[in-house]
Amino acid sequence: MPLVRLRGPLKQLAGDRAEHALAGASVGELLHELEREHPATSGWILDERGALRRHINVFVNGELGAQETPVEPEDRIDVLPALSGGR
Amino acid sequence: MTELLLGTKKGLFVLEGEPGAPFDVTARAFAGEPVEYAVRDPRSGRVLASVTSPFYGPKIWHADDPAGEWEQAEGVTLPEAGDAALQRIWVLVPGADDGTIYAGGDPGVLLASRDGGATFQLNRGLWEQPSRERWQPGAGGLCLHSIVPWPGRPERLALGISAAGVWLTDDGGATWRRGNEGIVARYLPEDPPADEVALCVHQLQRAAARPERIFMQFHGGVYRSDDAGETWTDIAAGLPSDFGFPLALDPADPDSAYVIPLVADVDRVTPDGRVRVYETRDAGASWTPRGDGLPAEHAYLTVLRGAMDQHGAGESLELYFGATSGEVFGSGDAGATWFDVAAHLPPVHSVSAASR
Repeated sequence: MPLVRLRGPLKQLAGDRAEHALAGASVGELLHELEREHPATSGWILDERGALRRHINVFVNGELGAQETPVEPEDRIDVLPALSGGR
Repeated sequence: MTELLLGTKKGLFVLEGEPGAPFDVTARAFAGEPVEYAVRDPRSGRVLASVTSPFYGPKIWHADDPAGEWEQAEGVTLPEAGDAALQRIWVLVPGADDGTIYAGGDPGVLLASRDGGATFQLNRGLWEQPSRERWQPGAGGLCLHSIVPWPGRPERLALGISAAGVWLTDDGGATWRRGNEGIVARYLPEDPPADEVALCVHQLQRAAARPERIFMQFHGGVYRSDDAGETWTDIAAGLPSDFGFPLALDPADPDSAYVIPLVADVDRVTPDGRVRVYETRDAGASWTPRGDGLPAEHAYLTVLRGAMDQHGAGESLELYFGATSGEVFGSGDAGATWFDVAAHLPPVHSVSAASR
């Protein structure tokens, strides 16, 4: 299964575990699955519309992706705060 | 001992002290994150804070000790899978009945907690207002920033929204109606429609000793209502400017109000390079500048809408306000004299005072 990797507060909210093997065919599906497995992450990565928050970036195997980016079972997805959010 | 909760651009600061001398900074929480507002519920002692992480979105947190562990409140959200997302929580206000906490936010939403701030629910009556599609945001967004409960009457509430005017309920929030009669907006044509809602209220405060009286700082205007927010009378004559954001009242005197005029919407700094709070003790018939101890030369401060609060009442009324320059000022004698509370803090968003 694809591996979702988290840092900082997101890691803490997801059971204090950095790596999560989750089922899904796209980045969006993986993030929804993460919320189902770890409800404390709800609202932190995706907003209530289901949209990726503006200053959160997702990278698929190191390449900047989006919610609709397809993922393969061996892919690695990093969820990181974006440089643009710093103030 | 007085406690100040300062919401700043870079976290929550807790200050403690006695009027007349600088306060001690006793705690900092949410380091690096914008804290819009924080308040200590006097009934439970619980501290609530609204934090808008630029990365992870708006949250409400609560703690018994602000220097200790914080818990995230549940339900701070708009309906799932809708068209809108919650942008910010501007204010947190203890309600008239035990355990009730109100939260006002962007986009013009009211949330209510009945368990002291652990869980919140969206007020559907306001959310489903038919005129909502015509509501316009102010420069800070579509912010519901003022919530004024009626002491002993939990079914009555007045709200201020920038820029959607005043909203009133007599049934605990099931239904809402406008309360805008008498307000004149200089940024609109002279003959706006009767149901115009694009009214940029900056702050509302209710007189505790006469609850049907509400004072308003408007986007160009200072007003008073003596009928619980149905109609408004302009009371800005005598002020150097009718533009500003915060308001404070003396709970012991329903004829009292304090405002901090800024030059204008195009120049949001204290006039003439002098910091002065203006006081009325005759319900707005006249205003007196109160600046003894405040910066009086080349001082161009901006004080935001939530950044002034009062504590106590009568002759020992304490007043506190913070500026975007990171300075905080206080008075322990109802504004007659002022002292420096703190300096070198991040830009101050909000000030909330309580007893410790």
